[in-house]
Amino acid sequence: MSYGFPSRLWRALDRHRPPGVDLVQRWRSPLRGPWLTAVLGLVLLITLPIVILTGLLSYIAYAPQFGQAIPADVGWLKLPTFDWPTSPSWLYRLNQGLHVGLGLVLIPVVLAKLWSVIPKLFVWPPALSVSQVLERISLMLIVGGILFEIVTGVLNIQYDYIFGFSFYTAHYFGAWVFIAGFLMHIALKIPRMLTGVRSIPFRDVLRTNRADTRPEPPDPDGLVAADPAPPTMSRRGALALVGGGALFMAVITAGQAVGGWTRHTALLLPRGRDRGDGPNDFQVNKTAAAARIVPESTGENWRLTLTGGSTPVVLDRATLTAMPQHTARLPIACVEGWSTTETWTGVKLRDLATLAGVATPRSAFVTSLERGGFNRAMLQANQVSDPDSILALRVNGAELSLDHGYPARIIVPALPGVHNTKWVSSIAFQAGP
Amino acid sequence: MRSLLARYRDFYGSHPLHLLVMLAGFALLGYIVATVEPVTLWNPQVWWQSIAVWFAAAIIAHDLVLFPVYALADQLLAATAERRHRSKVTALNYIRIPVLASALTFLVFLPGIIEQGKPTYLAATGQTQEPFLGRWLLLTAAVFGISAALYAARLAAGRVRPSSVPPPPDHRSDESP
Repeated sequence: MSYGFPSRLWRALDRHRPPGVDLVQRWRSPLRGPWLTAVLGLVLLITLPIVILTGLLSYIAYAPQFGQAIPADVGWLKLPTFDWPTSPSWLYRLNQGLHVGLGLVLIPVVLAKLWSVIPKLFVWPPALSVSQVLERISLMLIVGGILFEIVTGVLNIQYDYIFGFSFYTAHYFGAWVFIAGFLMHIALKIPRMLTGVRSIPFRDVLRTNRADTRPEPPDPDGLVAADPAPPTMSRRGALALVGGGALFMAVITAGQAVGGWTRHTALLLPRGRDRGDGPNDFQVNKTAAAARIVPESTGENWRLTLTGGSTPVVLDRATLTAMPQHTARLPIACVEGWSTTETWTGVKLRDLATLAGVATPRSAFVTSLERGGFNRAMLQANQVSDPDSILALRVNGAELSLDHGYPARIIVPALPGVHNTKWVSSIAFQAGP
Repeated sequence: MRSLLARYRDFYGSHPLHLLVMLAGFALLGYIVATVEPVTLWNPQVWWQSIAVWFAAAIIAHDLVLFPVYALADQLLAATAERRHRSKVTALNYIRIPVLASALTFLVFLPGIIEQGKPTYLAATGQTQEPFLGRWLLLTAAVFGISAALYAARLAAGRVRPSSVPPPPDHRSDESP
C-alpha cells in the first residue's frame, strides 16, 4: 500500500486497527459494485439537477428584486433575477410539483445509492493521503446536504417545524452546500461512473435471473464484497426494487399536485385530504382563524383602499361587484408542491390601477388584514397588467369563503400561492417610468 | 529521475486536478457559510434546534443508525429465511419488499402519523392529522396482504408446475414428466 504525506501517520493508522473494524467490514452483498453504484449515480446525475433548478427558480418566483424572496440576502448564490412570467399560468404549479414531487420520488434512489457505497464509509484506514482526507470531507457535503434537504423538505410539506430554525434559510443554504458537494463529486467521479455503467451490458442485466447473478470483479474502490453471499435477488430485481420504490412514492404523492380524483391517492399528505363538494371546498392555506381575521373587519365596514394616484380611492364591496367582472380558471400552487385549479371571478387588477389613477403601473403593493407573516406582497408590472390577474370576489360561482380570503383576494397566473394575498385591504400602485 | 508530477502524486495522493476541484469546492463552501453567517447555524438557546446540528445529525442518523439497523434486520431476516426455506420459492423478498414500503412511508410521513406539529398543521389547513395513522396502517396491511397473496400464488404455481427436481418416491408419478 502506498501512503501519501505524512506517510508515518497513515501507516500508523493502518497498523492500529480499532477493535471491531474487521467485523464491520464483512460486507456480503454480491450486488454491490461499481456497476450498481454507477447506474444509481447516473439516475441521480440526471434527476437531481431538475430538483436543484426548480428550487432555485422558485426563489426567483418570489421576486428577490423586491426583497421578498426568503432568505433575503443570498449574495451570488442565486440564479440571475428576472421577472417571473405570468404565462403559462401553470408554470409555478409545474415548477413546485417537480421540485417537491421529484424530491420525494428520489428518496428511495438516494437511500439505495448510499447503501451501495456504504462500505467506503467504514474503510480502515480512513485515508492514506491528504487527497483522501479532502475527498472524505467533500462527501460529507453531498451526503449531509442531500439528507438535510430531504429531512427539512419532508417536514415542511407536513407543517412540522420541530427543527425550530427558519425552513427557508436552512433549505436554501443547505441546497447550496449540497450543490458544492455534488459538483465536486461529479468532477471527480464522472469517468468512474461511465466505466461502471459500461462494465455490464444492460441487456445482460435484464436477462440474468437471481440464480445466475454473479458478483462483479474486485474493484480498486472496494465496493465488491471480498466474500460475497449467494444472491437473494438479481441485479434487475434490485433495479426493479429501487424503481418500484420511486414509482410507489410517485403514486402516493403526485395526487397533491395533479388534483382531481388523483388527489385521493396522496394518502399520507396533508393535501390529499378531501374537503367536500361545495364551491369553496378546496385546499386552504392558512385559515382565517390562524390569520386572526375578525368578522368586524370583513363585514359592512370593509373597504379597499387604492393608492398611487393624486388621491386615494376607497371602495366598498358593492362598488367592486358593480365593476366589470372577469372570470379566469387559474391554479393556486404552493411552494410545498400541492396545487388546486379553480374558477375565479373578480375585478382585473389593471382596471383597479386605472381607477386609482395609475395608467401603467410598475408594481403594486398588496396588503392584507391578516396578522403575521405573508400579509403583504409586491407584484411586478407583468403581474398587474396580465388580463387574468384579478382581485377575486367569487370562486366557482359562489362568494369567497372567509378561509379563502373573503371579502377579496388576489389571483395572479403563475404566482407562488402565498403571494396571492387573501383578505386584501389595500393596493398601492407605483407608476411606471 | 522521477518527474515532478509523480513526486507531487506521492505527496498529495492524487492528480493536481483533484486538488483544484477540492479547493474550488471548499472555497464555494466558504462563501456559502460566510453568506449565511455562521451565527445563523447555531441556536444558543436550544442547541438541538441548530442548523449545524441537524446537518450533522442527518449524516449520523443515516450512516450510524438507520443503515446499521436495517442491515442487521435484513441479515436476521435472511438467516431465518435461509433456515426455513426448503421449498424452491424463498419468502425473503416477499417479506423484504412490504417491510421496505411500510418503513419508507412511516419514516417519510411520520409527522402526520404521530400527529406532530398539530397547531401549525391546523393553522395551515384547517384540518387535523387524525386520519394518517389509520391510513398508514391500512397501507401497511395492503402491501403485506398483496405480498402474501403473490407468495401464495407462487407457492401454488410451484406445486402445480412440473418441477425439474425429481419428486420423492411416494409422490404421484403422473405429475412429473
